[in-house]
Amino acid sequence: MGHDTAHHESNTKRIWYVFVLLSVVTIVEVILGIIKPAFLMETTVISMKLLNWIFIILTIYKAYYITWAFMHMEGETKGLRRAVVWTAVFLISYLIFILLTEGDYIYEVFKAGHKSWDF
Amino acid sequence: METTVANTGTEGKTWGGGNKPLKVSYGKMMMWFFILSDALTFSGFLAAYGFSRFKFIDSWPIADEVFNHFPFLHGVDAPMYYVALMTFILIFSSVTMVLAVDAGHQMKQKKVILYMFLTIIGGAIFVGSQAWEWKNFIKGEYGAVETKGGQILQFVDQEGHRVALHDIAIVNTHKDRAQHQSKNGVWYESEKALPTYTIEEIREGFAKKGNLLIRTQILTEKGEKTILSREESLKRLNTDAIGIVEGANLIHNEYGTPLFANFFFFITGFHGFHVLSGVVINIIIFFNVILGTYERRKNYEMVEKVGLYWHFVDLVWVFVFTFFYLV
Repeated sequence: MGHDTAHHESNTKRIWYVFVLLSVVTIVEVILGIIKPAFLMETTVISMKLLNWIFIILTIYKAYYITWAFMHMEGETKGLRRAVVWTAVFLISYLIFILLTEGDYIYEVFKAGHKSWDF
Repeated sequence: METTVANTGTEGKTWGGGNKPLKVSYGKMMMWFFILSDALTFSGFLAAYGFSRFKFIDSWPIADEVFNHFPFLHGVDAPMYYVALMTFILIFSSVTMVLAVDAGHQMKQKKVILYMFLTIIGGAIFVGSQAWEWKNFIKGEYGAVETKGGQILQFVDQEGHRVALHDIAIVNTHKDRAQHQSKNGVWYESEKALPTYTIEEIREGFAKKGNLLIRTQILTEKGEKTILSREESLKRLNTDAIGIVEGANLIHNEYGTPLFANFFFFITGFHGFHVLSGVVINIIIFFNVILGTYERRKNYEMVEKVGLYWHFVDLVWVFVFTFFYLV
Protein backbone atom coordinates (compact mmCIF):
# COMPACT_ATOMS: atom_id res chain seq x y z
CA MET A 1 0.00 0.00 0.00
CA GLY A 2 2.91 2.30 0.79
CA HIS A 3 3.79 2.58 -2.87
CA ASP A 4 0.22 3.56 -3.62
CA THR A 5 -0.24 6.68 -1.53
CA ALA A 6 2.70 8.61 -2.86
CA HIS A 7 1.63 9.02 -6.48
CA HIS A 8 -1.93 8.61 -7.54
CA GLU A 9 -3.38 9.98 -10.68
CA SER A 10 -7.06 9.40 -11.24
CA ASN A 11 -8.15 6.30 -13.12
CA THR A 12 -11.71 7.49 -13.78
CA LYS A 13 -11.32 7.42 -17.53
CA ARG A 14 -10.38 3.77 -17.55
CA ILE A 15 -13.16 2.92 -15.07
CA TRP A 16 -15.83 4.41 -17.35
CA TYR A 17 -14.26 2.69 -20.35
CA VAL A 18 -14.51 -0.69 -18.60
CA PHE A 19 -18.09 0.06 -17.55
CA VAL A 20 -19.10 0.75 -21.16
CA LEU A 21 -17.33 -2.41 -22.25
CA LEU A 22 -19.08 -4.58 -19.65
CA SER A 23 -22.45 -3.03 -20.51
CA VAL A 24 -22.00 -3.65 -24.22
CA VAL A 25 -21.03 -7.27 -23.62
CA THR A 26 -24.06 -7.77 -21.35
CA ILE A 27 -26.39 -6.23 -23.95
CA VAL A 28 -24.94 -8.50 -26.64
CA GLU A 29 -25.49 -11.51 -24.36
CA VAL A 30 -29.10 -10.58 -23.67
CA ILE A 31 -29.87 -9.91 -27.34
CA LEU A 32 -28.33 -13.24 -28.34
CA GLY A 33 -30.27 -14.93 -25.54
CA ILE A 34 -33.56 -13.46 -26.76
CA ILE A 35 -33.27 -13.91 -30.51
CA LYS A 36 -31.27 -17.16 -30.32
CA PRO A 37 -29.89 -17.19 -33.89
CA ALA A 38 -30.69 -20.54 -35.53
CA PHE A 39 -27.20 -21.26 -36.84
CA LEU A 40 -25.69 -20.73 -33.37
CA MET A 41 -28.29 -23.05 -31.84
CA GLU A 42 -27.74 -25.78 -34.42
CA THR A 43 -23.96 -25.78 -34.58
CA THR A 44 -22.42 -27.96 -31.91
CA VAL A 45 -18.81 -27.56 -30.81
CA ILE A 46 -17.39 -30.12 -28.35
CA SER A 47 -20.86 -31.42 -27.38
CA MET A 48 -22.26 -27.96 -26.63
CA LYS A 49 -24.19 -25.42 -28.68
CA LEU A 50 -22.06 -22.70 -30.24
CA LEU A 51 -24.33 -20.11 -28.60
CA ASN A 52 -23.49 -21.47 -25.15
CA TRP A 53 -19.78 -21.32 -25.96
CA ILE A 54 -20.20 -17.68 -26.95
CA PHE A 55 -21.97 -16.94 -23.65
CA ILE A 56 -19.22 -18.64 -21.66
CA ILE A 57 -16.41 -16.89 -23.52
CA LEU A 58 -18.10 -13.49 -23.10
CA THR A 59 -18.58 -14.23 -19.39
CA ILE A 60 -14.91 -15.02 -18.92
CA TYR A 61 -14.08 -11.86 -20.85
CA LYS A 62 -16.24 -9.84 -18.43
CA ALA A 63 -14.73 -11.65 -15.45
CA TYR A 64 -11.26 -10.74 -16.70
CA TYR A 65 -12.12 -7.04 -16.85
CA ILE A 66 -13.82 -7.02 -13.45
CA THR A 67 -10.83 -8.72 -11.84
CA TRP A 68 -8.11 -6.84 -13.68
CA ALA A 69 -9.57 -3.33 -13.82
CA PHE A 70 -12.08 -3.07 -10.95
CA MET A 71 -10.30 -5.30 -8.46
CA HIS A 72 -7.00 -3.89 -9.69
CA MET A 73 -5.38 -7.27 -10.16
CA GLU A 74 -3.23 -5.75 -12.91
CA GLY A 75 -1.44 -3.68 -10.29
CA GLU A 76 -0.62 -6.56 -7.95
CA THR A 77 2.65 -8.45 -7.98
CA LYS A 78 3.04 -11.53 -10.12
CA GLY A 79 3.18 -13.71 -7.00
CA LEU A 80 -0.18 -12.63 -5.61
CA ARG A 81 -1.81 -12.68 -9.01
CA ARG A 82 -0.75 -16.23 -9.70
CA ALA A 83 -1.54 -17.44 -6.17
CA VAL A 84 -5.13 -16.28 -6.61
CA VAL A 85 -5.85 -16.64 -10.33
CA TRP A 86 -4.02 -19.85 -11.15
CA THR A 87 -5.38 -21.64 -8.09
CA ALA A 88 -8.93 -20.75 -9.07
CA VAL A 89 -8.52 -21.46 -12.76
CA PHE A 90 -6.94 -24.90 -12.39
CA LEU A 91 -9.16 -26.17 -9.57
CA ILE A 92 -12.36 -24.95 -11.20
CA SER A 93 -11.45 -26.35 -14.62
CA TYR A 94 -10.75 -29.72 -13.05
CA LEU A 95 -13.98 -29.72 -11.04
CA ILE A 96 -16.08 -28.75 -14.04
CA PHE A 97 -14.44 -31.34 -16.26
CA ILE A 98 -15.10 -34.17 -13.79
CA LEU A 99 -18.65 -33.20 -12.91
CA LEU A 100 -19.84 -32.53 -16.44
CA THR A 101 -18.33 -35.79 -17.70
CA GLU A 102 -20.07 -37.69 -14.90
CA GLY A 103 -23.35 -35.87 -15.51
CA ASP A 104 -23.26 -36.84 -19.16
CA TYR A 105 -22.50 -40.44 -18.22
CA ILE A 106 -25.52 -40.59 -15.91
CA TYR A 107 -27.66 -39.12 -18.67
CA GLU A 108 -26.59 -41.97 -20.94
CA VAL A 109 -27.36 -44.52 -18.22
CA PHE A 110 -30.84 -43.04 -17.76
CA LYS A 111 -31.47 -43.06 -21.48
CA ALA A 112 -30.06 -46.48 -22.32
CA GLY A 113 -31.19 -48.27 -19.17
CA HIS A 114 -34.17 -50.59 -19.07
CA LYS A 115 -35.88 -48.62 -16.36
CA SER A 116 -38.51 -46.06 -17.31
CA TRP A 117 -38.29 -42.68 -15.61
CA ASP A 118 -41.18 -41.04 -17.40
CA PHE A 119 -44.37 -42.48 -15.97
CA MET B 1 15.85 -3.62 21.66
CA GLU B 2 18.21 -3.84 18.77
CA THR B 3 21.09 -4.89 20.93
CA THR B 4 19.24 -8.01 22.08
CA VAL B 5 18.60 -9.29 18.59
CA ALA B 6 21.23 -11.56 17.12
CA ASN B 7 22.60 -10.38 13.84
CA THR B 8 22.03 -13.08 11.22
CA GLY B 9 23.55 -11.31 8.29
CA THR B 10 20.43 -11.84 6.20
CA GLU B 11 18.87 -8.42 6.72
CA GLY B 12 17.48 -6.99 3.54
CA LYS B 13 17.77 -10.28 1.72
CA THR B 14 14.68 -12.01 0.30
CA TRP B 15 14.28 -14.45 3.16
CA GLY B 16 15.69 -12.15 5.77
CA GLY B 17 12.29 -11.19 7.11
CA GLY B 18 10.68 -7.81 7.37
CA ASN B 19 10.00 -7.37 3.68
CA LYS B 20 6.74 -7.89 1.80
CA PRO B 21 7.32 -10.01 -1.29
CA LEU B 22 3.71 -9.56 -2.47
CA LYS B 23 3.81 -5.81 -1.77
CA VAL B 24 0.37 -5.73 -0.20
CA SER B 25 -0.83 -5.26 3.33
CA TYR B 26 -1.87 -8.27 5.36
CA GLY B 27 -5.56 -7.29 5.23
CA LYS B 28 -5.68 -6.93 1.50
CA MET B 29 -3.85 -10.18 0.89
CA MET B 30 -6.20 -12.05 3.22
CA MET B 31 -9.19 -10.48 1.48
CA TRP B 32 -7.84 -11.91 -1.77
CA PHE B 33 -7.43 -15.36 -0.27
CA PHE B 34 -10.91 -15.18 1.26
CA ILE B 35 -12.27 -14.26 -2.16
CA LEU B 36 -10.40 -17.19 -3.68
CA SER B 37 -11.94 -19.65 -1.25
CA ASP B 38 -15.38 -18.11 -1.69
CA ALA B 39 -14.96 -18.35 -5.46
CA LEU B 40 -14.28 -22.06 -5.06
CA THR B 41 -17.46 -22.44 -3.01
CA PHE B 42 -19.51 -20.76 -5.71
CA SER B 43 -17.81 -22.88 -8.37
CA GLY B 44 -18.82 -25.93 -6.38
CA PHE B 45 -22.44 -24.80 -6.55
CA LEU B 46 -22.32 -23.92 -10.22
CA ALA B 47 -20.45 -27.08 -11.18
CA ALA B 48 -23.04 -29.15 -9.29
CA TYR B 49 -25.69 -27.26 -11.22
CA GLY B 50 -23.87 -28.16 -14.44
CA PHE B 51 -23.74 -31.80 -13.33
CA SER B 52 -27.51 -31.94 -12.82
CA ARG B 53 -28.12 -30.04 -15.99
CA PHE B 54 -26.06 -32.55 -18.00
CA LYS B 55 -27.81 -35.39 -16.21
CA PHE B 56 -31.20 -34.03 -17.35
CA ILE B 57 -29.93 -32.42 -20.53
CA ASP B 58 -33.08 -33.28 -22.52
CA SER B 59 -35.64 -32.27 -19.89
CA TRP B 60 -34.30 -29.21 -18.06
CA PRO B 61 -36.71 -26.24 -17.72
CA ILE B 62 -36.21 -23.36 -20.17
CA ALA B 63 -35.11 -20.28 -18.23
CA ASP B 64 -36.74 -17.84 -20.68
CA GLU B 65 -40.14 -19.28 -19.86
CA VAL B 66 -39.62 -19.22 -16.12
CA PHE B 67 -38.06 -15.81 -15.63
CA ASN B 68 -40.23 -13.68 -17.87
CA HIS B 69 -41.72 -11.18 -15.42
CA PHE B 70 -41.13 -7.47 -15.34
CA PRO B 71 -42.47 -5.08 -12.68
CA PHE B 72 -45.77 -3.40 -13.64
CA LEU B 73 -46.01 -5.42 -16.84
CA HIS B 74 -48.44 -8.13 -15.90
CA GLY B 75 -48.95 -10.87 -18.42
CA VAL B 76 -46.29 -9.50 -20.73
CA ASP B 77 -43.71 -12.04 -21.81
CA ALA B 78 -40.41 -10.33 -21.02
CA PRO B 79 -37.75 -13.02 -20.96
CA MET B 80 -34.65 -11.99 -19.04
CA TYR B 81 -35.18 -8.23 -19.30
CA TYR B 82 -35.45 -7.90 -15.56
CA VAL B 83 -32.39 -10.05 -14.83
CA ALA B 84 -30.47 -8.03 -17.40
CA LEU B 85 -31.54 -4.86 -15.59
CA MET B 86 -30.42 -6.35 -12.27
CA THR B 87 -27.07 -7.18 -13.85
CA PHE B 88 -26.69 -3.56 -14.94
CA ILE B 89 -27.55 -2.28 -11.48
CA LEU B 90 -24.90 -4.53 -9.95
CA ILE B 91 -22.26 -3.64 -12.54
CA PHE B 92 -23.03 0.02 -12.02
CA SER B 93 -22.71 -0.29 -8.26
CA SER B 94 -19.35 -1.91 -8.92
CA VAL B 95 -18.39 1.16 -10.94
CA THR B 96 -19.36 3.54 -8.15
CA MET B 97 -17.42 1.36 -5.73
CA VAL B 98 -14.26 1.53 -7.81
CA LEU B 99 -14.79 5.31 -8.13
CA ALA B 100 -14.97 5.47 -4.32
CA VAL B 101 -11.69 3.55 -4.08
CA ASP B 102 -10.17 5.90 -6.64
CA ALA B 103 -11.36 8.97 -4.71
CA GLY B 104 -9.96 7.38 -1.55
CA HIS B 105 -6.53 7.14 -3.11
CA GLN B 106 -6.68 10.89 -3.66
CA MET B 107 -7.96 11.46 -0.11
CA LYS B 108 -11.17 13.11 -1.27
CA GLN B 109 -13.53 12.36 1.58
CA LYS B 110 -16.63 14.00 0.07
CA LYS B 111 -16.34 12.02 -3.13
CA VAL B 112 -15.81 8.77 -1.27
CA ILE B 113 -18.99 9.44 0.72
CA LEU B 114 -21.02 10.11 -2.42
CA TYR B 115 -19.79 7.05 -4.31
CA MET B 116 -20.12 4.71 -1.32
CA PHE B 117 -23.68 5.95 -0.88
CA LEU B 118 -24.52 5.19 -4.52
CA THR B 119 -22.96 1.74 -4.15
CA ILE B 120 -25.11 0.96 -1.12
CA ILE B 121 -28.26 2.12 -2.95
CA GLY B 122 -27.38 -0.08 -5.95
CA GLY B 123 -26.81 -3.07 -3.71
CA ALA B 124 -30.10 -2.52 -1.90
CA ILE B 125 -32.01 -2.29 -5.20
CA PHE B 126 -30.37 -5.52 -6.33
CA VAL B 127 -31.31 -7.42 -3.17
CA GLY B 128 -34.88 -6.10 -3.47
CA SER B 129 -35.04 -7.24 -7.09
CA GLN B 130 -33.83 -10.66 -6.12
CA ALA B 131 -36.54 -10.88 -3.47
CA TRP B 132 -39.09 -10.00 -6.15
CA GLU B 133 -37.69 -12.72 -8.43
CA TRP B 134 -38.02 -15.21 -5.61
CA LYS B 135 -41.59 -14.13 -4.97
CA ASN B 136 -42.56 -14.75 -8.60
CA PHE B 137 -40.70 -18.02 -8.67
CA ILE B 138 -42.32 -19.32 -5.47
CA LYS B 139 -45.80 -18.16 -6.42
CA GLY B 140 -45.66 -19.55 -9.96
CA GLU B 141 -47.96 -18.50 -12.72
CA TYR B 142 -49.72 -21.36 -14.51
CA GLY B 143 -49.46 -24.35 -12.24
CA ALA B 144 -48.91 -27.90 -13.46
CA VAL B 145 -49.72 -31.51 -12.78
CA GLU B 146 -47.28 -34.01 -11.31
CA THR B 147 -47.18 -37.66 -12.32
CA LYS B 148 -46.45 -40.79 -10.31
CA GLY B 149 -42.88 -40.72 -11.56
CA GLY B 150 -42.42 -37.11 -10.45
CA GLN B 151 -42.62 -35.67 -13.96
CA ILE B 152 -44.26 -32.30 -14.53
CA LEU B 153 -47.06 -31.96 -17.10
CA GLN B 154 -48.02 -28.45 -18.17
CA PHE B 155 -51.09 -27.33 -20.09
CA VAL B 156 -51.12 -25.49 -23.41
CA ASP B 157 -53.73 -24.55 -25.98
CA GLN B 158 -53.59 -25.33 -29.70
CA GLU B 159 -51.19 -22.45 -30.36
CA GLY B 160 -48.81 -23.65 -27.69
CA HIS B 161 -49.62 -20.85 -25.22
CA ARG B 162 -49.61 -21.86 -21.59
CA VAL B 163 -52.95 -22.30 -19.84
CA ALA B 164 -53.30 -21.82 -16.10
CA LEU B 165 -54.94 -24.35 -13.79
CA HIS B 166 -57.69 -21.93 -12.77
CA ASP B 167 -58.78 -21.73 -16.41
CA ILE B 168 -59.07 -25.50 -16.61
CA ALA B 169 -60.49 -26.71 -13.32
CA ILE B 170 -64.21 -27.26 -12.96
CA VAL B 171 -64.74 -26.98 -9.23
CA ASN B 172 -67.29 -29.28 -7.71
CA THR B 173 -68.48 -27.36 -4.66
CA HIS B 174 -70.31 -30.38 -3.26
CA LYS B 175 -67.07 -32.22 -2.81
CA ASP B 176 -65.30 -29.41 -0.97
CA ARG B 177 -63.26 -30.92 1.79
CA ALA B 178 -61.82 -29.24 4.84
CA GLN B 179 -58.20 -29.35 5.83
CA HIS B 180 -57.60 -31.76 8.68
CA GLN B 181 -56.15 -29.85 11.59
CA SER B 182 -54.40 -31.20 14.65
CA LYS B 183 -57.10 -29.90 17.01
CA ASN B 184 -59.71 -32.14 15.35
CA GLY B 185 -57.94 -35.45 15.52
CA VAL B 186 -57.46 -37.97 18.23
CA TRP B 187 -53.79 -38.26 17.39
CA TYR B 188 -53.27 -34.54 16.96
CA GLU B 189 -51.99 -34.95 13.48
CA SER B 190 -52.53 -32.29 10.90
CA GLU B 191 -52.20 -32.43 7.15
CA LYS B 192 -50.47 -30.05 4.80
CA ALA B 193 -52.37 -27.19 3.21
CA LEU B 194 -54.81 -28.51 0.64
CA PRO B 195 -54.09 -27.74 -3.01
CA THR B 196 -56.33 -25.20 -4.71
CA TYR B 197 -57.77 -27.83 -7.03
CA THR B 198 -57.95 -31.58 -6.86
CA ILE B 199 -56.66 -33.69 -9.72
CA GLU B 200 -60.26 -34.80 -10.45
CA GLU B 201 -61.32 -31.20 -11.00
CA ILE B 202 -58.48 -30.74 -13.46
CA ARG B 203 -59.30 -33.99 -15.27
CA GLU B 204 -62.94 -32.99 -15.58
CA GLY B 205 -62.09 -29.55 -16.96
CA PHE B 206 -59.48 -30.93 -19.31
CA ALA B 207 -61.91 -33.49 -20.76
CA LYS B 208 -64.52 -30.77 -21.38
CA LYS B 209 -62.19 -28.27 -23.07
CA GLY B 210 -61.26 -29.92 -26.33
CA ASN B 211 -58.56 -27.43 -27.33
CA LEU B 212 -56.22 -28.21 -24.42
CA LEU B 213 -53.05 -30.24 -24.77
CA ILE B 214 -50.33 -31.42 -22.42
CA ARG B 215 -46.72 -30.39 -22.60
CA THR B 216 -44.10 -32.72 -21.09
CA GLN B 217 -40.65 -31.94 -19.70
CA ILE B 218 -38.88 -33.61 -22.62
CA LEU B 219 -37.17 -31.22 -25.01
CA THR B 220 -37.42 -31.66 -28.76
CA GLU B 221 -34.43 -31.34 -31.05
CA LYS B 222 -35.27 -27.67 -31.52
CA GLY B 223 -34.99 -27.15 -27.79
CA GLU B 224 -38.72 -26.75 -27.17
CA LYS B 225 -40.92 -28.77 -24.86
CA THR B 226 -42.76 -31.74 -26.41
CA ILE B 227 -46.50 -31.24 -26.89
CA LEU B 228 -48.58 -34.41 -26.81
CA SER B 229 -51.56 -35.11 -29.07
CA ARG B 230 -55.05 -34.81 -27.61
CA GLU B 231 -55.40 -38.59 -27.14
CA GLU B 232 -51.99 -38.96 -25.53
CA SER B 233 -52.71 -35.95 -23.32
CA LEU B 234 -55.94 -37.47 -22.04
CA LYS B 235 -54.21 -40.78 -21.44
CA ARG B 236 -51.33 -39.27 -19.47
CA LEU B 237 -53.62 -37.11 -17.41
CA ASN B 238 -55.98 -39.95 -16.57
CA THR B 239 -53.45 -42.69 -15.86
CA ASP B 240 -50.28 -40.98 -14.63
CA ALA B 241 -51.17 -37.69 -12.98
CA ILE B 242 -51.53 -37.79 -9.21
CA GLY B 243 -51.65 -34.18 -8.07
CA ILE B 244 -51.28 -30.54 -8.88
CA VAL B 245 -48.28 -28.29 -8.29
CA GLU B 246 -48.50 -24.52 -8.00
CA GLY B 247 -45.34 -22.46 -7.75
CA ALA B 248 -42.16 -23.86 -6.27
CA ASN B 249 -40.64 -25.16 -3.08
CA LEU B 250 -37.72 -27.50 -2.39
CA ILE B 251 -39.79 -30.63 -3.07
CA HIS B 252 -42.01 -29.76 -6.04
CA ASN B 253 -42.08 -27.02 -8.60
CA GLU B 254 -44.28 -26.38 -11.60
CA TYR B 255 -41.33 -25.71 -13.91
CA GLY B 256 -39.80 -29.16 -14.11
CA THR B 257 -37.31 -31.25 -12.20
CA PRO B 258 -37.17 -30.44 -8.45
CA LEU B 259 -33.42 -29.88 -8.77
CA PHE B 260 -34.09 -26.78 -10.85
CA ALA B 261 -35.83 -25.01 -7.96
CA ASN B 262 -33.31 -26.34 -5.45
CA PHE B 263 -30.38 -24.90 -7.37
CA PHE B 264 -32.27 -21.66 -7.97
CA PHE B 265 -32.86 -21.20 -4.25
CA PHE B 266 -29.37 -22.24 -3.18
CA ILE B 267 -27.31 -20.41 -5.78
CA THR B 268 -29.23 -17.14 -6.00
CA GLY B 269 -29.89 -17.33 -2.27
CA PHE B 270 -26.20 -17.76 -1.44
CA HIS B 271 -25.35 -14.94 -3.81
CA GLY B 272 -28.13 -12.74 -2.41
CA PHE B 273 -26.79 -13.37 1.07
CA HIS B 274 -23.38 -12.18 -0.14
CA VAL B 275 -24.94 -9.02 -1.57
CA LEU B 276 -26.79 -8.42 1.69
CA SER B 277 -23.65 -8.85 3.80
CA GLY B 278 -21.78 -6.69 1.29
CA VAL B 279 -24.35 -3.92 1.75
CA VAL B 280 -24.06 -4.18 5.54
CA ILE B 281 -20.25 -4.04 5.42
CA ASN B 282 -20.44 -1.12 2.98
CA ILE B 283 -22.75 0.74 5.37
CA ILE B 284 -20.29 0.25 8.23
CA ILE B 285 -17.40 1.57 6.14
CA PHE B 286 -19.64 4.37 4.83
CA PHE B 287 -20.20 5.62 8.37
CA ASN B 288 -16.49 5.30 9.11
CA VAL B 289 -15.79 7.50 6.10
CA ILE B 290 -18.34 10.08 7.27
CA LEU B 291 -16.82 10.07 10.76
CA GLY B 292 -13.43 10.74 9.19
CA THR B 293 -11.77 7.58 10.49
CA TYR B 294 -9.76 7.15 7.31
CA GLU B 295 -8.94 10.86 7.10
CA ARG B 296 -7.25 10.54 10.47
CA ARG B 297 -5.64 7.29 9.38
CA LYS B 298 -4.49 9.14 6.24
CA ASN B 299 -5.30 6.03 4.30
CA TYR B 300 -8.47 4.72 2.66
CA GLU B 301 -7.33 1.13 2.29
CA MET B 302 -10.36 -0.14 4.19
CA VAL B 303 -12.57 1.17 1.36
CA GLU B 304 -10.37 -0.71 -1.05
CA LYS B 305 -10.78 -3.96 0.89
CA VAL B 306 -14.58 -3.82 1.04
CA GLY B 307 -14.41 -2.79 -2.59
CA LEU B 308 -12.64 -6.04 -3.41
CA TYR B 309 -15.45 -7.97 -1.73
CA TRP B 310 -18.10 -5.93 -3.54
CA HIS B 311 -16.50 -6.52 -6.94
CA PHE B 312 -16.32 -10.20 -6.15
CA VAL B 313 -20.08 -10.26 -5.54
CA ASP B 314 -20.51 -8.66 -8.96
CA LEU B 315 -18.08 -11.17 -10.49
CA VAL B 316 -20.07 -14.10 -9.13
CA TRP B 317 -23.30 -12.61 -10.45
CA VAL B 318 -21.82 -12.45 -13.95
CA PHE B 319 -21.38 -16.22 -13.80
CA VAL B 320 -24.75 -16.92 -12.15
CA PHE B 321 -26.41 -14.79 -14.82
CA THR B 322 -24.78 -16.78 -17.60
CA PHE B 323 -25.31 -20.25 -16.22
CA PHE B 324 -28.75 -19.79 -14.74
CA TYR B 325 -30.42 -17.47 -17.19
CA LEU B 326 -28.58 -17.57 -20.50
CA VAL B 327 -27.10 -21.00 -21.16
